Amino acid sequence: MSVDPLVLAEGLTKRFGDFEAVAGIDIEVRKGEAFGFLGPNGAGKSSTMRMVACVSPRSGGELRVLGMDPTVEGPKIRARLGVVPQQDNLDNELTVRQNLQVYGRYFGLSRKHVRDKAAELLEFAQLADRADDEVEPLSGGMKRRLTIARSLVNDPELLLLDEPTTGLDPQARHLLWDRLFRLKQQGVTLIVTTHYMDEAEQLCDRLVVMDKGRIAAEGSPSQLIDRYSTKEVLELRFPPGEQDPEPVRDLGERVEVLPDRVLVYTTDGEAALAAAHTRGVTPVSSLVRRSTLEDVFLRLTGRTLVD
Amino acid sequence: MSVGLVWRVLPPGLYARRARAVIERSYLVNRRAWMTVLSGFFESFFYLFAMGIGFSRLIGDVVGPGGQTMSYAAYVAPALLAASAMNGAVYDSTFNIFFKLKYAKVYDGMLATPLGPFDVAIGEVSWALIRGAIYATGFLTVISVVGLTSSPWTILALPVVLLVALAFAAVGMACTTFMRSWQDFDLVQLALLPMFLFSATFYPLSVYPEGLQWIVRLSPLYHAVELMRGLTAGVLEWAMLGHLAYFVVMAVVGLLVAGRRLGKLLLS
Repeated sequence: MSVDPLVLAEGLTKRFGDFEAVAGIDIEVRKGEAFGFLGPNGAGKSSTMRMVACVSPRSGGELRVLGMDPTVEGPKIRARLGVVPQQDNLDNELTVRQNLQVYGRYFGLSRKHVRDKAAELLEFAQLADRADDEVEPLSGGMKRRLTIARSLVNDPELLLLDEPTTGLDPQARHLLWDRLFRLKQQGVTLIVTTHYMDEAEQLCDRLVVMDKGRIAAEGSPSQLIDRYSTKEVLELRFPPGEQDPEPVRDLGERVEVLPDRVLVYTTDGEAALAAAHTRGVTPVSSLVRRSTLEDVFLRLTGRTLVD
Repeated sequence: MSVGLVWRVLPPGLYARRARAVIERSYLVNRRAWMTVLSGFFESFFYLFAMGIGFSRLIGDVVGPGGQTMSYAAYVAPALLAASAMNGAVYDSTFNIFFKLKYAKVYDGMLATPLGPFDVAIGEVSWALIRGAIYATGFLTVISVVGLTSSPWTILALPVVLLVALAFAAVGMACTTFMRSWQDFDLVQLALLPMFLFSATFYPLSVYPEGLQWIVRLSPLYHAVELMRGLTAGVLEWAMLGHLAYFVVMAVVGLLVAGRRLGKLLLS
């Protein structure tokens, strides 16, 4: 028996005036998985998330969240969602604990329930010792953890995280990822947008790469690497301006020239490096590494700055 | 009442009938900021002392509603109640709400839950009313005790002043949803101050020439002043129904516009 997808979109479109932020995408998010939207700024990730969160009406196409139509049953769907927006919108006029309790009340939960739940979530977010403090002086990582804790107050079946770790230091990111892993283990379905490759590789079972409002690729991180990159990458570094791709062009499936280096995409990096040496190529330094999602991402969305 | 009907004809996604949670939030916030609440309580008394007690010495007795003679303090006190209800409701629903809407993003957080824009609008306006009710009760008690009222009908001034506050808060909130920056708030001042000064607050409508009287009659505060003055003096007239209708229309239109506009702004 097939399980109904938690989110199903067909030809989903969002227009703001003449601008098409989301240009007809198809997605399917299954129960229990961590699904990622990867893409540069302005790719349409946040617009898609807002439509799934039922706070932005779609301009076209079909969308079902938890089997319901957001246009008709928005409040019913939102009651079962957790949302972590890109920018923290914590309530600065309330304390840390009150932020959790009051938010729970918006869901219609009883006072007793939100009191217990807040205590539990404060532990989960490692904020118990700051429970009765103001929100404003908290660090960026703490605010983010509180926002995530707040999104869990209604025990959501589906958690939407829009760039959960942007702007955080490495310690704070790893702590957040750890919390998200735990949620996943508890069976919460996650949808994450990010422009960090390591985050996507860490968190997502399956992801789509979005670019200019469209889906450029879809699959698991390893599938995407298989499909859009080679197993390994040979990086040859040169003094800026002296890099010449010609002698190594046939050593890999693809060669890319950057300001200070030449990248050779190949199945066997060491062999390519040996071949380059025999041809008299003398880089300042060289490196053989495995392909990452970053290679896939840059191949699909280009290296030019999008803003 | 018919208000229930109005909510039933709204699109289902816009109102979850849970405005109470929004009021609870306001209560928690204000419990921590009780000084602000208290200062609002004194505002109307400051006015009463300055305008009522102060000017009373100079002016002596005046002719009030129904031709009865009364002290100037008794004449102006109910008008000041109406004016402070207007001020309180408008400040609460403009400055406060603009800040939460544009900067604190409080409402974005709320709308990610089952709450809809009408829960927000009703909840916020209700809180303004609860505060207004506390202030008005205090003020009415004091002016009754010191003998500035002459009728048991004064008790009705409380629900009526709440209707007035509701109307001003609803329209204020609706206007706020159209404001782009703090500069636009100069317009709020520009509307409030002349209304406060010229709505027959400090002297009867009859001092104006005929043409001007009709302009003053457009001012909502004029209708509030008439209601308050009539009730505290115990002079009830059919015209009062007209004044009341004015505020019912203001409240309904204001709330409908505010809720819809909030939805348009936040659910884009």
